[in-house]
Amino acid sequence: MPEPATPRSAARAVGPRAWFGQVLLYALFALAIGVFSHWPPYRHLGADEALIKLSLVHAGKPVGECRERTAEELAALPPNMRAPTVCPRERSPVTVELDIDGAPAARIEAPPSGLSGDGASAVYRRLTVRAGERSIAVRLRDDVRAEGFTHTLRRRVTLAPAQVLVIDFDAQSGGITLQ
Amino acid sequence: MTDHGAPAQRAPRGAVLWWSRLEQRLDRAFGASRNPLRQSGTLAFLALWLLAVSGVWLYAVLDTSAAGAYASIARLSYAPWSAGGLMRSLHRYAADAFVVFTALHLLREAVHGRFKHFRRFSWLTGCALLPLVAVSAVGGFWLNWDRLGQFSATATAEWLDALPLLAQPLARNFLGAAAVSDRLFSLFVFVHLGVALLLVFGLWFHVQRITRAAVFPPRALAVGTLATLLGLCVLAPVASQGRADLGVVPALLSMDWILLFVHPLMYATSAGFTWTLTLGAFGALLALPFVPAPVRAPVAVVDPHNCNGCGRCLADCPYAAITMVPHPLPQRGAELAVVDADLCAGCGICAGACPSSTPFRSTARLVSGIDMPQFPVDALRRTVQRALRSPEPVPIIAFGCEHAADISCLAAADVLAVPLLCTAQLPPSFIEYALRNGARGVLVASCHDGGCAFRLGARWNAERLAGTREPYLRARVPRTRVLPVQADIGEESRLREALRVLRARTIAQGARAEQARPAPDA
Repeated sequence: MPEPATPRSAARAVGPRAWFGQVLLYALFALAIGVFSHWPPYRHLGADEALIKLSLVHAGKPVGECRERTAEELAALPPNMRAPTVCPRERSPVTVELDIDGAPAARIEAPPSGLSGDGASAVYRRLTVRAGERSIAVRLRDDVRAEGFTHTLRRRVTLAPAQVLVIDFDAQSGGITLQ
Repeated sequence: MTDHGAPAQRAPRGAVLWWSRLEQRLDRAFGASRNPLRQSGTLAFLALWLLAVSGVWLYAVLDTSAAGAYASIARLSYAPWSAGGLMRSLHRYAADAFVVFTALHLLREAVHGRFKHFRRFSWLTGCALLPLVAVSAVGGFWLNWDRLGQFSATATAEWLDALPLLAQPLARNFLGAAAVSDRLFSLFVFVHLGVALLLVFGLWFHVQRITRAAVFPPRALAVGTLATLLGLCVLAPVASQGRADLGVVPALLSMDWILLFVHPLMYATSAGFTWTLTLGAFGALLALPFVPAPVRAPVAVVDPHNCNGCGRCLADCPYAAITMVPHPLPQRGAELAVVDADLCAGCGICAGACPSSTPFRSTARLVSGIDMPQFPVDALRRTVQRALRSPEPVPIIAFGCEHAADISCLAAADVLAVPLLCTAQLPPSFIEYALRNGARGVLVASCHDGGCAFRLGARWNAERLAGTREPYLRARVPRTRVLPVQADIGEESRLREALRVLRARTIAQGARAEQARPAPDA
């Protein structure tokens, strides 16, 4: 009686079919990596669009006036802390409004940072717009004691496709800037 | 429990069955020991080593200044088939492969439910590496500082700004060229390289609780994978996508969806949604080990009176759950095995390794030096004895792992099917014991190489039967009457085929023995 064959071990596959299977699977692996490493292309912005980044970091004005301490108040303080003038720490929130072509595009009220509200306010907003000539109006208010907006800017700009227009605030350059 | 007292086998869940069938299909091409699905963890290690080698090369040529970074890497693209060009492409494709292999490894362990009890540490330390992988992978695009790097850096900053962590938006660092300084590039270098080093350090923790951690795939699989990636580098070399210009939006990009998918997802939805999705998925992965689970299997128990401190259980334990301490009974030997219950998998491999587990011992109750309370070697011996000493002895004993193909499918009038906690729970002496007590054949079924539920059980079993690992199956045991077979979940047909072969062998041997018997005197 002939000896029956043992079930073929799956530990090591051999033979042309196994080789073909390996080549096929390696090729599929390469294809998957190669394709999804490059394709499909990602369009982040339309071909006729530009990007406006409204971004600023600006410390608002203090919410109150500084005042002189009275003699009694000074006497109550330790000698090394007897500063004659005291100012409130908290700062005003910064309010920014942006109009594009006369239409409101953004209105942001950024609170001051910090646990005591004495830090700068920060704004960051992306706005996608059609490329071409645009009328930009920016208004900024950084003082709760003042009426209306403390800084304004109105300008016509021509935006090329994919261009980034940054609206920032730089007190030393006169306030609101466009880059 | 079965009729013979052996534990009953658990039915596999649907996902496990589905995954096992997928692996078995790949077995046909690669063989079980080189199956990329079974080796997904070691392949991830291979990709990491390739990243390290190509990364060192790229770092040597990288100008780590904001002005010079782009040109230093783009130069490699001018000669894509030079060593530098190939290294650049290999770095990218190895990173893609690393993420793919890591995801497969994670999915495989999750499907098999390997995240609870003694595996909790490995699962949690593995999951903790995922954020490091993501940070290092994304950060690598910034160092290049082409349009894709610009997009990724800006998108990452905008994503992070959605969290109320910083007083000033990080994205302001990318408002204009003047904002991108050499100092910022130093941060990029730290993000990509420093976090990658943390990742390697974290991998050391990840493999801490397993012995003989494999950090390199089988050579043939490593060569095949490397050749595939190099072929891809030649056919589709990676190129820079133009110098970064913060005044212009990189509107159309060749996107690496494997590594950077989170950026398009954020712009398609919102930063808040993407954070919720990412943190939710990460939290779910971390929570998996804490989901109420079935009661943990009992762990191995050491009997000091029968442990002679030989250390075979220590050598064979796949999870480093055994340590040797000075023996409290000096006359018994120098050392005693101690089981760390938190680390013990309850696989019984130690019981199979223990020399005192031999069923030839004459004691009425077989007590091993180390044993499993749920199915001790004494119960195993009694199961075999009952079958062989019954009025109609069972001629074939089939031992099998309860995590592999269902051995109970072989149960028949002439077959005793004995499910074990792991095939390596079987001391090889039990095979000889069964044959010397009337069995005509013994079938030993295990998982495939690389598919063992307890990592090393199938390997130890094969080596013990081959006589290359203690405790050996003695050379005088006729190998024609012992049939080892590897069959995973769902491969019960392989078991039936093996049984058919063993039956045919025993019938043929019985016929030969009958012919060789001298004729009775007239």
